[in-house]
Amino acid sequence: MQGFLTLQEGQSYQGEASSDWQKPVEGEVVFFTGMTGYQEVLTDPSYKGQIVVFTYPLIGNYGINEDDFESEEPQVNGVVMLQCAATVSHYQATISLKDYLNKWNVPFLTDVDTREITKSIRSEGTCQGALAKESVLPSDKVLTGQIYQAYNPNTTCYGEGKKHIVVIDFGYKSSIVEQLVEKEAKVTVIPFTNLSDVYKLNPDGIVLSNGPGDPKDATKYLTELKEILEAYPSLGICFGHQIIALAFGADTKKLSFGHRGANHPVKDVQSGRIFITSQNHNYVVDEESLNDTVLEVSFSNVNDGSVEGLLHPSKPILSAQFHPEANPGPEDALWLIDEFLTDIPSKKGEKVYA
Amino acid sequence: MPEKVLVIGSGPIVIGQAAEFDYSGTQGCLALKEEGHEVVLVNNNPATIMTDNEIADTVYCEPLTVTSIEAIIKKETPDAVLAGLGGQTALNLAVEMDKHDLFEKYNLTLLGTSIQSIQQGEDRELFRELMDELNQPVPESQVIASVEEALQFTDTFGYPVISRPAYTLGGRGGGITDNEEDLKELIHNGLKASPIGQVIIEKSIAGFKEVEYEIMRDVNGTCISVCNMENFDPVGVHTGDSIVVAPSQTLTDQEYQMLRTAAFNIVSALDVVGGCNVQFALDPYSKDYYVIEVNPRVSRSSALASKATGYPIAKMATKLALGFQLDELKNPLTGTTYASFEPALDYVVVKFPRWPFDKFTGADRKLGTKMKATGEVMAIDRTLEGAFQKAVSSMDQSIPFIPEDELYVHLKQPTDLRYFAIVQLLQQGESVEAIHKETAIDLFFLNIVNNLVKMEEKLESALLDKKLLQIAKVQGFTDNKIAELQQKTPAQIKKIRSEYGIKPGYKMVDTCAAEFEAATNYVYTTYAGINEIEPLPSNKKALIIGSGPIRIGQGVEFDYSAVKAIQSLRNLGWTTVMINNNPETVSTDYTTADRLYFDPINKEVIESIVEHEDIDLIFTQFGGQTAINIADELDEAGLPLAGVPIDTIAQLEDREQFYDVLNRLEIPHIPGSMCHTMEEALEAASSYEYPLLCRPSYVIGGMGMVKVENEKELKSALEHTDARHYPIVLDQFMTGSEAEIDLVADGHDVFIPEIMEHIEPAGVHSGDSMAIFPSTNLSSEVKETMKKYARQLVQKVNYHGLMNIQFLLSGDTVYVLEVNPRASRTVPIISKVSDVSLVELAVKVLVKDPDFSLGNEKQPLIQKAAVKYPLFSSHAMPELDHKLGANMLSTGEGMCLGNTVEEAMAKVFEHLPNPYEDEDVCLIEAASIVKGKSSTLSFSHWIQTKEAKVYMNDGNSKDDSYKRIQALKSGVTVFTEPTTFNAYIDSLAYDPYQPTPLPGNTKKECV
Repeated sequence: MQGFLTLQEGQSYQGEASSDWQKPVEGEVVFFTGMTGYQEVLTDPSYKGQIVVFTYPLIGNYGINEDDFESEEPQVNGVVMLQCAATVSHYQATISLKDYLNKWNVPFLTDVDTREITKSIRSEGTCQGALAKESVLPSDKVLTGQIYQAYNPNTTCYGEGKKHIVVIDFGYKSSIVEQLVEKEAKVTVIPFTNLSDVYKLNPDGIVLSNGPGDPKDATKYLTELKEILEAYPSLGICFGHQIIALAFGADTKKLSFGHRGANHPVKDVQSGRIFITSQNHNYVVDEESLNDTVLEVSFSNVNDGSVEGLLHPSKPILSAQFHPEANPGPEDALWLIDEFLTDIPSKKGEKVYA
Repeated sequence: MPEKVLVIGSGPIVIGQAAEFDYSGTQGCLALKEEGHEVVLVNNNPATIMTDNEIADTVYCEPLTVTSIEAIIKKETPDAVLAGLGGQTALNLAVEMDKHDLFEKYNLTLLGTSIQSIQQGEDRELFRELMDELNQPVPESQVIASVEEALQFTDTFGYPVISRPAYTLGGRGGGITDNEEDLKELIHNGLKASPIGQVIIEKSIAGFKEVEYEIMRDVNGTCISVCNMENFDPVGVHTGDSIVVAPSQTLTDQEYQMLRTAAFNIVSALDVVGGCNVQFALDPYSKDYYVIEVNPRVSRSSALASKATGYPIAKMATKLALGFQLDELKNPLTGTTYASFEPALDYVVVKFPRWPFDKFTGADRKLGTKMKATGEVMAIDRTLEGAFQKAVSSMDQSIPFIPEDELYVHLKQPTDLRYFAIVQLLQQGESVEAIHKETAIDLFFLNIVNNLVKMEEKLESALLDKKLLQIAKVQGFTDNKIAELQQKTPAQIKKIRSEYGIKPGYKMVDTCAAEFEAATNYVYTTYAGINEIEPLPSNKKALIIGSGPIRIGQGVEFDYSAVKAIQSLRNLGWTTVMINNNPETVSTDYTTADRLYFDPINKEVIESIVEHEDIDLIFTQFGGQTAINIADELDEAGLPLAGVPIDTIAQLEDREQFYDVLNRLEIPHIPGSMCHTMEEALEAASSYEYPLLCRPSYVIGGMGMVKVENEKELKSALEHTDARHYPIVLDQFMTGSEAEIDLVADGHDVFIPEIMEHIEPAGVHSGDSMAIFPSTNLSSEVKETMKKYARQLVQKVNYHGLMNIQFLLSGDTVYVLEVNPRASRTVPIISKVSDVSLVELAVKVLVKDPDFSLGNEKQPLIQKAAVKYPLFSSHAMPELDHKLGANMLSTGEGMCLGNTVEEAMAKVFEHLPNPYEDEDVCLIEAASIVKGKSSTLSFSHWIQTKEAKVYMNDGNSKDDSYKRIQALKSGVTVFTEPTTFNAYIDSLAYDPYQPTPLPGNTKKECV
C-alpha cells in the first residue's frame, strides 16, 4: 500500500504505508541521526506528537524489549524509515518493532528515501508534515502545549535512597528517574502543575525533567519555579534547563532544525573537555539574553556554539541542554548526575527515615 | 613542537599487515607536512605510495631494525619519532628502540601514545592487571612461558583454549584447540613466535558476538568513538578473517553504549593519544562481556572505520600526536563541524576478507585466531542485502560450489567458504535456525542471507514486473545475475530496467547522515533512493579502475600505479574519478581523486558511472589484472578505453597470437602450445620433452602455474584447473637466468630506464624472485637485444602505455617469456630508483599530451643499486612448503637501496645471523653445492636448539618438504634456492648500516 509523507512546503516522499490509513496523521517532522535507540526515542515523551524520521536505514533490528522504554507507550505521531524489521532475534526482545507500532496504531512509512527528507529539513527547517494515503499538505495548525499531554498528573515514588529528590515532570524520561535511583536517591515525581507539593515533600534536591515542545508553554509557573530553584539544589535537563533559563529572566528561541541524535559534542567551558552527548530539542537558550541574568554558561555546543548548560554562580543550580542520563546515546555525561547528587548536602538525610 | 619527524613504516606486506598502513602512513606524513614538519620516512616497502617522493621529504628503504634505525637517526638527527602508523612492526620497533635507550641517547620524543602505554596495551600480563584495576572483565587467562604451565591451566579451566603469543602481528603463532596433543604443539610454536617468549593461554569464549570500537583520544582526555563494528562471524574467527558490518546491527542502544563506555575507560586508563582499537566479546544472551584485545595504534580496523565513516583516523591521530585537540580540528568532510564528534551513518558497510586459498590450494582453510586473509573488500549500501551482494561481487572471484557432503563441515569448523556454504544450505531449504545452531551466527544476519536466497528463488520463477525488479536491485542483484535467473540476457534486463525507469542513484558519505551540509567527493551506488550526486563539471574526465582487494600477485603496487595515474592526470588538467573497493588503500582515500566511487568493479557499475559522469577516458592499465580483465567487456559495451585496443591486448596475452607475433618478428620464444582441453594438452605434451611448464590463462601471479616432470603430474595439474582458466599453455621448461623490463611506449618510441635482473634462475615466479636493479651481470649485447626486442614488439602492435616484458637468458639466446600489457609489480621500484615516474610518462602518452614527446625523454642516470626481495607470510600458512617455483607464493616485497649491489644485499639480509661467526645458527641440507657454514647437528636435533635461525634445503623429496615446513613452523628462515642462499652468504662481508635515501625527494630538489 503506498503512502506519503508531505511537508509544509509541498515536498512529498512516497513509501510503503503501514496499513490502510483512513485519515492523515500530522505532526512536526524531526529527524534522529542515532544508529541505535529507536525504542527509547519512540517512547520518549519529548517526542510527543512528532513524526520521527530515522536517518539510519535499518530500524528495528533488535526488536522491542521490556527494559528500554522511556515511558509506557509510544509518544510519536508517526515514524518514517527506510526499513523496519518484521522479525527479531535479540534475547531481550518480546515483540518486533513492526508489531509494536501496529499494536499501538502508530502509523509508519517505510521504503522512503529518508536522506532526502533530512536534507529538506536541514535546508528549510523543521516543519509540519502529514502521513497519508495520498500526498496531502499538513494543516497550518501547529501543536502547542505538548507538556500538558506528556506529563503524568499523578505523583509517583521510586527508590529507597538516603537523598530525596523531587523530579518535576514535564514529560520525563524514565531513565532520569532510573539513574537517580541507581545512584541511591529516593525519587518522587510530581506534575509541574502541583509545584506546591515540593515544599510539603521538602526534598534534598530538585530535578526539572525533559519535556516536549516550547518551554514558554510553562510561563505561568516560572515565578513559583524560581522560588523553588532558589530554595533547593536543582538540576535541569533539556526542557528543564530551558525552564531554569526562563525562570531567571533569560530567553529561549527555536532552532531552524533541532539537535537530535547521539553524537553531539559539548564542551565543558571550564575544563575544555569535550564529551559526546545525546540530544533532543528544538529550542535553545538565547546566549545574549543571559547577559541580564545571574546565570553563566557552563557547557557549549562545539558545532554551532549554542548554550548547552548553565550554572548559578552562588546557588547549587545547574542545567544541561543535553541528556546526561543517555538512553539512547552516550553515557559520557552521566557524571553530571553523580556530581549533582554528591554536591547535595545530605543534612536532611535523616528525614527520609523519619 | 618537533621540526623533523622520523616516521616508521610497516615494511613489506605480509598477512596481518597489508596496504592499510600505506594508507595510514601516507595520511600521517601529509598531516605532518601540513603542520610544517620535515618528514623522514623509513619503510622498506617500495610498492607503497608513502615511499613516493611526493609524500615524505626523505625516504629510506632500509631494514626496520634497531641498528639500522640508529644509523638513520645519526645521519638525519630527527627531533621526534612517529611509530603509531606503521602497524605492529613500527610499534615493536619503537619498544625495541626504547629498550636500547635510543630515545634518551638521541633526545628523541616519541609522538603519541607512550612506550609505557603501548606495553600496557600489548603485554598480556600488564594488560590483564590494568583490566582488573578498571573492573573490566577479561576471559580466564594466564601468561605462560612453558608447555607445562599451559597444561596446568587446562587442568583448572578446561578446553577449548586459545593461545595468543605476545607482541605478534595478525595472531602469528596463535590458535585454538580442544585437546592436549594440539595444545602442546600450539604452545611450543607460540612461545617461539613471541619475541619475548610469552604466550597467553585463554579460555575460549567462541560463540559470543564480536564487537569492536575505534576510539580517538586527545591529550586533553577527550574521547570519541569513530565507529563500532560487529562481526558476522562470532568470536573464534580472527577479526581480520571475519565478515564485518558497520555499524553494529544486533546491539541495543544499552549494549552499544555499555561497550562504548568500557572502551573509553580503557583508552583513558592507557592514556592513549591518537587512535586505539578495542575489541569485545558480548554474550548473545546477557549483558556480560569480555575485553578481548586493545591495539593502541591505528590498525586494519581503523582503516576500515575511516573508509566506512569518512572520518580520516590516521590523519587526525597524527595531529593528536602533535598535541592538537579534537575540538581544534575541523571535520574535513563537512568543513564546518569539528573532529570532536561521532560519525552518524545513513548506510551500512560490509567487509569481506579476501583469502589466498585460490592460490594456496594445499593450505589449511580452517579459520581461527590466526589471520589468513591477504586483503579485504568493503561495500556500502542502504540495505544490508545490497551491501553483502556488493561485497561478494568485489571479491573478484567466482562463487565457489561446495560439494553437498562438505557443506556442514564448513559450518562446524569455519573456513573461508562458510558464507557460501550457508548460502548453498539455505538454497537447499535448510532453516536459518539450524544454521544458527551450528554456527552461532546471529539470526539477524542469517535472515539477511536468507532474504537473498528467497529473492533468488522468486527471480527464477516470477514475472519480472517493476516492483520485483526494483526490490531485486535494492537488494544488490546485478543485471547479470537477474538475467541468469530469468533466463534472459543482461542487455535485456538493462533494457527492461530503463523502460521501468529503474536507475542507479549515487549517494554521499558525509559522516553526519545529512544533518550538515557536506561537500564530499566520496560516493557509492545504490538503488534505494534517488540520485543526489551531480556529475563533476569538466570537459576532460578520466575514470581510473582500481585493483580491488590485495591478494597474492596483486598487491599494493597496483594501488601505487592507480594513485600515480590520478596525480599525473590531475597535473595535466584532467578531472579524475576513481572506482575501487579496497578499504585499505590510498586510492580509496576520498582526497586522492576528484571523486571516489566506492563500488564493486564490474561492467554494470562502471558503465553506469561512465554514463552518469560522461567519462572521456577509462584507464585499465593501472589496476593490475583485475582492471585488464574487465577491459574486454567495457570495450564491447562501446566505452572509451585509454590506450591500446582490446585485440592488441589479446595479441600479447593470448599465447597463440602472442607466439605468432614473436615468430613474425623472429624473436625467440620458448617452444610451447596452447591447449583448449585436457586431451589437447596431453597430446601436445607428447611432442615435447619433460619437464614442462603448465600455465592457465587470465590469472594473477601465476595462479595454478606448475612445473610438471611427467605425464602423471601433468594430468593431476590439469584436473585442478578451473574451466575459466582454459586455454592453458604448455611450455618447454628451460633453464637459464631471468631479466625483465618495464617500459613506456607510444607506438614508436620506447622508454626503458634500465633492466632488472633476477637472482634466481628461470622457473621461479618473477614475483618470488630476488632481483637487482639496475642489472650488473648482463653484457651490453644482451641488454641491447632485450631493448631491441622490446622496441620491435611495441612497434609491431603499435603499443601505447606501460608494458612489462620478461626474458629468459639461456646461453647466448634471449627468449621473450611473456608480456604484461599494463603497469607491473616492478613499476614503483623502477620509478623510485631511477627517479622517473613511469606512470606519469604513460599517462602523458595515453592522453596524447601535445607538449610531450616520449622520444625526447632523457635516459636517467641511476647512481644507486637496489635489491628487491619477496616476503612470504609463512607465519600464517606454516603448513605450506614455501619452496620457490612457478606459482607465486609471496604476499609482498621489500627493497633495500645501497651505493652498491653488495651493500643493498647486505641490508636485505641484515636481520639474519652470520654462520661464520656461529655455525650453529645455520643448517645446510642442499643438493647443490652452496657457500656458507653449516651446523653439524642432524635436522631433528638442530631444529630444537634456540640457535636455529637459517635453514637451506633445495631438495625435492617429501622429506625435504616436511623439514622445510617444520623449520618454518619454528620461525626459522628457510632458503630453497642456492642462488638466493649464496647471495646471503656473500652479503655477510658488507656493511648494511650506510643509510641511502631514495633519489628525487623534494628536499633535494630544493637544494
